[in-house]
Amino acid sequence: MDIQTLTFIIVGGTFALYIAIAIWARAGSTNDFYVAGGGVPPVLNGMATAADWMSAASFISMAGLISFMGYDGAVYLMGWTGGYVLLALCLAPYLRKFGKFTVPDFIGDRYYSQTARTVAVFCAIFVCFTYVAGQMRGVGVVFSRFLEVDIVTGVLIGMAIVFFYTVLGGMKGITYTQVAQFCVMVFAYIVPAVFISIMVTGHILPQTGFGATLSDGSGMFLLEKLDQLSVDLGFNEYTSGTKSTIDVFFITFALMVGTAGLPHVIVRFFTVPKVSDARKSAGWALAFIAIVYTTAPSLAAFARTNMIETINGTEMQGTDYASAPSWITNWEKTGLIEWEDKNNDGKMFYSGDDRNEMKVDRDIMVLANPEIANLPAWVIALVAAGGVAAALSTSAGLLLVISTSVSHDLLKRNFAPDISDKAELMYARLAAGVAIVIAGYFGVNPPGFVAQVVAFAFGLAASSFFPAIIMGIFSKRMNDKGAVAGMLAGILFTASYIIYFKFLNPTGNVPENWWFDISPEGIGTLGMMVNFVVAYGVFKMTDEAPQEIQELVESIRYPKGSGEASSH
Amino acid sequence: MAFRNDEDKVAYWKENLSLLTKLLVVWFAVSFGAGILFADALNAIQFFGFKLGFWFAQQGAIYVFVALIFIYMAKMNALDKKYGVNED
Repeated sequence: MDIQTLTFIIVGGTFALYIAIAIWARAGSTNDFYVAGGGVPPVLNGMATAADWMSAASFISMAGLISFMGYDGAVYLMGWTGGYVLLALCLAPYLRKFGKFTVPDFIGDRYYSQTARTVAVFCAIFVCFTYVAGQMRGVGVVFSRFLEVDIVTGVLIGMAIVFFYTVLGGMKGITYTQVAQFCVMVFAYIVPAVFISIMVTGHILPQTGFGATLSDGSGMFLLEKLDQLSVDLGFNEYTSGTKSTIDVFFITFALMVGTAGLPHVIVRFFTVPKVSDARKSAGWALAFIAIVYTTAPSLAAFARTNMIETINGTEMQGTDYASAPSWITNWEKTGLIEWEDKNNDGKMFYSGDDRNEMKVDRDIMVLANPEIANLPAWVIALVAAGGVAAALSTSAGLLLVISTSVSHDLLKRNFAPDISDKAELMYARLAAGVAIVIAGYFGVNPPGFVAQVVAFAFGLAASSFFPAIIMGIFSKRMNDKGAVAGMLAGILFTASYIIYFKFLNPTGNVPENWWFDISPEGIGTLGMMVNFVVAYGVFKMTDEAPQEIQELVESIRYPKGSGEASSH
Repeated sequence: MAFRNDEDKVAYWKENLSLLTKLLVVWFAVSFGAGILFADALNAIQFFGFKLGFWFAQQGAIYVFVALIFIYMAKMNALDKKYGVNED
């Protein structure tokens, strides 16, 4: 069977599975729709959280990004995992005990303020839309490469599937489809990595192959070889980076704190039955995420070594284009690889200086890996299914937060407090439908700034939600005015810095102009500090939180008596 | 109130915060310490085929993170029981 047919069968099979799950897990009440009835077993919730978290960008782009960044790729690896420690230790159990549906719910109730709630709602919606536009695009890209349909058709198919199980099943449908998507995704990520690890180093585990000697008989360590190749070809040493230490520090911190403050991740911990389950499921979520996140850097190193040796030849003299392996010509068609024979010798050469003749897109590292390693056709089909699963699971989680924010936080808690559960559920479905259409529009007509606004999403989550929630739990006297002033100051500071360097003055976005050497990606850390300082200052000048709020905070600090999540 | 008395309530929160602080110190030490601030110094040490600082940044920190959450889970469950505030 050819790759095309296999891909249709495998991707089609996974779609049928997702739809079957959606029909089985229909939502009957807002409680089902918002938090899956609060009855998700912690290990399954861990898988769902992992699928929710790992997006098309994690699946397709991360390993490639790391292979071009070397050591600096650690900002993503540590930043996107370390946040879970904060989440498990400082946020998830307490928010579960609090027992509401959404993050704005917590902020609004804890700070007894509609203003705080409204600020939180708009942050949540903005963060989620930023993210979801990129996901729909990811679906389109995978479809167009592997199924050879055009991007618009790909996005439409993806929208239809997500629409079906989000609108029908709400959080309940999403949770169980995410469990299935997690399995597909991890299997699709690990299989090619294991094959390639055995090929390059003889180790079954990519994590140990990463630090092993090459099986080409040279007896050199993989990383030693890669460092040497990189230096010879005019790149920086692979194991040391190009970013300044302070910038690496700030970016990592902003990503960690941002991760812990992302509404679509936090809301997953409202779905488990008990506080102790929230702790447990955070542990499982990170364990599942770690499977992919410890494989990615290994894959990055294997793929880079492989790519350099394929293009330049083992003698580093370049190889004849005429005898190039088929994956190079295959991917040339998509424009992800380009070759320009500058010295007219008919040979390809890749380097970091002016001898370079190749343009290689980083996304190719995961997508073309099975072809580079000559793996069987079903593995290539599996990678396609994995990429689609990654994009669908994350979009569904985000769309749910958007619909909940509209139907619950804006409508039920602000404009129409008297609507019935049934009407609220209908509005939630309607909002999910509208959000999918908007996300699909951005998928087909991607705004050029998607890549730039990702820094925004993390920066905003880091400078608004994270400090507000932390103070809400750990300082029982913190008041409404302090929290609102802190959030506004944090957001304004972070947003101005990012807007200035990303949109108003993009040519000036160089280390010489940055404050304290901190790039826009890392400024959320400083924004978070601004939030804390301003909140504390305003709090000191105003009255502390009323007695009943202080008692509420004390009651979320121990597990006993946690009921199911509710709107009351 | 779920606690037997006010002293218990204060003591429970104090023990919780002390556990939290210890675990977060480790969290900071393996990632920002070993993986970033002292990475260059640790890179002088060879750990299998890795430079040690590089290994912490791209592998080691993540393993420690996972362990930290499970340790926290076990210790907090025990603490809840000790003060009688665990769920049924």
